[in-house]
Amino acid sequence: MKHTSKLADIALLIGFAIVVALGPVIFTPIGAGYPDLLQKFAIYGIFAIGFNILFGLTGYLSFGHAAFLGVGSYAAVWSFKLLSMDLLPAVIASVLLAGLLALAIGFISLRRSGIYFSILTLAFAQMCYNMAYSVLTPITNGETGLRVLRNDPRHLDAAFGYVSPMPSLLGLQITGWTGFYICGAVLVAAFGLSIAIFRSPFGMTLRAIKSNQNRMGYTGYSSRPYLLSAFVISGMFAGLAGSLLAATDPLAGAERMQWTASGEVVLMTILGGAGTLLGPVLGTGLIKYFENIFSAYNEQQLTAMFAFLPDGVREAVVKTTGLFVGEGWQLTLGLLFMAVVIFLPGGIMEGINRLLGLKHTPKVKSLGDSPQRDGLGEMVIEEMPPSHGAAEADKKVAEQKNAEKKRAVAP
Amino acid sequence: MDAIILQILNGLDKGGAYALIALGLTLAFGTLGVVNFAHGALFMLGAFCAVVFNKLLTLEIVRVDPTKTTPWGSPLEVKTPYVQAMLGDWGKVFIDYSVPVSIVMAIPVMLLIGIVIERGLIRFFYKRPHADQILVTFGLAIVLQEIVKHFFGANPIAQSAPQIFSGSLQMTEAIVYPYWRIIYLAFSLAVIAAVFAFLQLTTFGMVVRAGMQDRETVGLLGINIERRFTIVFGLAAVVAGVAGVMYTPIVPPDYHMGMDFLVLSFVVVVVGGMGSLPGAVLAGFLLGILQSFASMNEVKALVPGIDQIIIYLVAVVILLVRPRGLLGRKGVMES
Amino acid sequence: MIATNDIVLHIDHVHKTFAGLHALADVHLDIREGETHAIIGPNGAGKSTLLNVCVGVLPPTQGKVMFHGTELTGLKPYEINQLGVARVFQTPEIFGDLTVLENVMMAMLSHRDGAFRLKLVSRFDEQGEIGQRAIQALRDRGLGGHIYHLAGALSRGDKRRLELVMGLVQKPKLLLLDEPTAGMARADTNATIEILRQIKESGMTIVIIEHDMHVVFSLADRITVLAGGRVIAQGVPDEIKGNPKVIEAYLGEEQV
Repeated sequence: MKHTSKLADIALLIGFAIVVALGPVIFTPIGAGYPDLLQKFAIYGIFAIGFNILFGLTGYLSFGHAAFLGVGSYAAVWSFKLLSMDLLPAVIASVLLAGLLALAIGFISLRRSGIYFSILTLAFAQMCYNMAYSVLTPITNGETGLRVLRNDPRHLDAAFGYVSPMPSLLGLQITGWTGFYICGAVLVAAFGLSIAIFRSPFGMTLRAIKSNQNRMGYTGYSSRPYLLSAFVISGMFAGLAGSLLAATDPLAGAERMQWTASGEVVLMTILGGAGTLLGPVLGTGLIKYFENIFSAYNEQQLTAMFAFLPDGVREAVVKTTGLFVGEGWQLTLGLLFMAVVIFLPGGIMEGINRLLGLKHTPKVKSLGDSPQRDGLGEMVIEEMPPSHGAAEADKKVAEQKNAEKKRAVAP
Repeated sequence: MDAIILQILNGLDKGGAYALIALGLTLAFGTLGVVNFAHGALFMLGAFCAVVFNKLLTLEIVRVDPTKTTPWGSPLEVKTPYVQAMLGDWGKVFIDYSVPVSIVMAIPVMLLIGIVIERGLIRFFYKRPHADQILVTFGLAIVLQEIVKHFFGANPIAQSAPQIFSGSLQMTEAIVYPYWRIIYLAFSLAVIAAVFAFLQLTTFGMVVRAGMQDRETVGLLGINIERRFTIVFGLAAVVAGVAGVMYTPIVPPDYHMGMDFLVLSFVVVVVGGMGSLPGAVLAGFLLGILQSFASMNEVKALVPGIDQIIIYLVAVVILLVRPRGLLGRKGVMES
Repeated sequence: MIATNDIVLHIDHVHKTFAGLHALADVHLDIREGETHAIIGPNGAGKSTLLNVCVGVLPPTQGKVMFHGTELTGLKPYEINQLGVARVFQTPEIFGDLTVLENVMMAMLSHRDGAFRLKLVSRFDEQGEIGQRAIQALRDRGLGGHIYHLAGALSRGDKRRLELVMGLVQKPKLLLLDEPTAGMARADTNATIEILRQIKESGMTIVIIEHDMHVVFSLADRITVLAGGRVIAQGVPDEIKGNPKVIEAYLGEEQV
């Protein structure tokens, strides 16, 4: 087999669009068929798809992407307040502002790599979060959160004589199933864009950076503009998600920027499979599902569920399972996080591929680092060559040499 | 002038906490090469050691006093902490000193927790990329704090310092400084000194330091570096834990205090220079003091909001000017 | 006397010290258009240091390196590559997680599009012009069977060949080869010599750092001998063979 063909990609996109369109039907049997929840799947899916363009392709782990989500939300609410209740100006404002912020943060953070990069992005995001609560209160309205008011000016709406009590898109209210389909359409568009980026020379260059950044220079590439572009693009995706979040719930609070929110998008991406096309969306779905469904369970429901057990046993079972649902769903989340990183570094996508026996899985050295894990069951590589052991040994030798080289270079 | 002294003093105890956490973080990183995002959770676990110990001490025995009755006529129930019942006035003193005394309990507990974490989880991640280490320890941190939340609830649980330290020292007319903060500063300096002495003066420490420089060579010398590193990780957990114990009277512990401190401690470690122990201590105190200064009203009037972001701002500037941090070495964590 | 515009690489009295240690001392050397120039010397003679100075990894302590009249000192590796200097490493440096074909396409795209060009959504695959040329280049060097394999999984010899292909598709004005046959069996070495001879005959300017005298004397037009960071001899192979200084430097180490 060769590169995935253009046809396969189009089929993947169409399949994806069909699944989104049939979302209400598909998710009802597992108890997730609410527009609000599915909307969340879609919005955070966009966030994760964007994050994956940075982390999945380049391997640069940003711990501050929530900042862009938050800025997108604030920008959207301001657009609802000052310009129009329509979604379009809000989206434009959010994406632009998030992109600008990403440009500034990325410009500085990308001067360093590895853990330093992670910490720098984390520091910037915390700075934004703290500022939203303090100095920037006039813009963010601090802890109360920024909300849309009836008597806001809305200059564009005033000029056109348009009145809408809620955010809307060309007259369509972004609530209920309409709201879901609007967000779903944006998700499909984002997914299509991510396919295009994955298959472009740009995407290949990003994967090359992840594979061997040192070689980039000797091949004639300047890595930093590529990384910065990826960073800005993923920041814009986050801004887009932020504006949709604000449209469905027109109250922007700073907690969307907290570093736990940044951690969540990392989790969603790796859970699904970093560097794969579908993985981030799957991971998002799973986590948002856990959050909404599992956290709703309480002790009575559990007792009812285990009613068939004898009294003593039932109590023990309810107590134990109670740890993991309801208030304790985050515990489940943490355990899941660890389990995925330990046992399935390639995320769910790798699990699916392994289950289907679609390919010989080479030993995974790092999270989501192989181009053969593209899309559901698509193979890029026919088979691993037999000389795997030799290649490993080679790599070891090369690493040692590299270490020596480094030592030799050090003055 | 007084205000400046006061801010320096205020910064010192906070800086002490930063330095202690950063020290443990650096120890684990320098020896094991592991970026431990669960280190803040260890600090939190230490704080909850103090809570547990206090709870254990104040378990009450309920007795019915036949000579007295409640206003409603039923016999009066008298509750006495069993420690007090057993030891009398000494029991009272014991309870009063529960925070410092719980260090005795925290040390073996934290050592055990540290060793279990290292053997059970971290050691499988030595050869994995730093991103994987960050992610798995991040997951561990969530698990640890959720467990604590399950047992102790989400609200902070206030702990009090021993009675005689609960007052403040009137240094000058304007400078009032709580005794416990002085104790905390002295304590953190003592722990820092102990860790350095341990590393500088003992053979064990010498091997560990050698291992931090060049792990392979030390391994080639036939020294079982793995076991020592396990103990070092336990030690790092102990340092974080006791820092947490002693911090409880200053800020009432809750389940997510570790996360709050972790972000700052990582910034401290990076500013100090990844892998440099003196760097961690220096940066800890430096950032603690800077933060105190930034929260002065005069400074805040000049640059609004500076107190909230000063640490991150300093981190950004330092990383751009001195990419390896204040005392960092070349080649650490740069792949 | 050779006209200056015939000189591709002009290494002008370069010194390099590491913590007081002279790795290179006053190295002066011209590489002429179209020649294959070998740099040889015993271990620790400063060959690799010289190469690293040429490609911008190490700044010289003193002196400068000119490439077609452009000073290379202070330029970044990618700028030097964009000027037309390709380097093939001693230990293969490839994009291990990319396929063999993608590795070659990376090299071709940087040659065509420069150090940075944002092509976000333009789809590319092996059907395109670049892909077809890359596949042809790989087939020409006997890598046709590995096109869709991950480069990291290739054997060491194949990785080297891939590196060479990556260098060649960039149509460099100067090709730097760092011990292209180190660690190879005799048969492989001979095959490599054959490949390099073809490249040489295409008129490319080549600098080759080599330990194996068999390789050097089969290929080189001129030879520079380094010892202790200094140039101790320079000339055509026959001059070098009989040079007593060279024999002395190699005494007991290599059969000259």
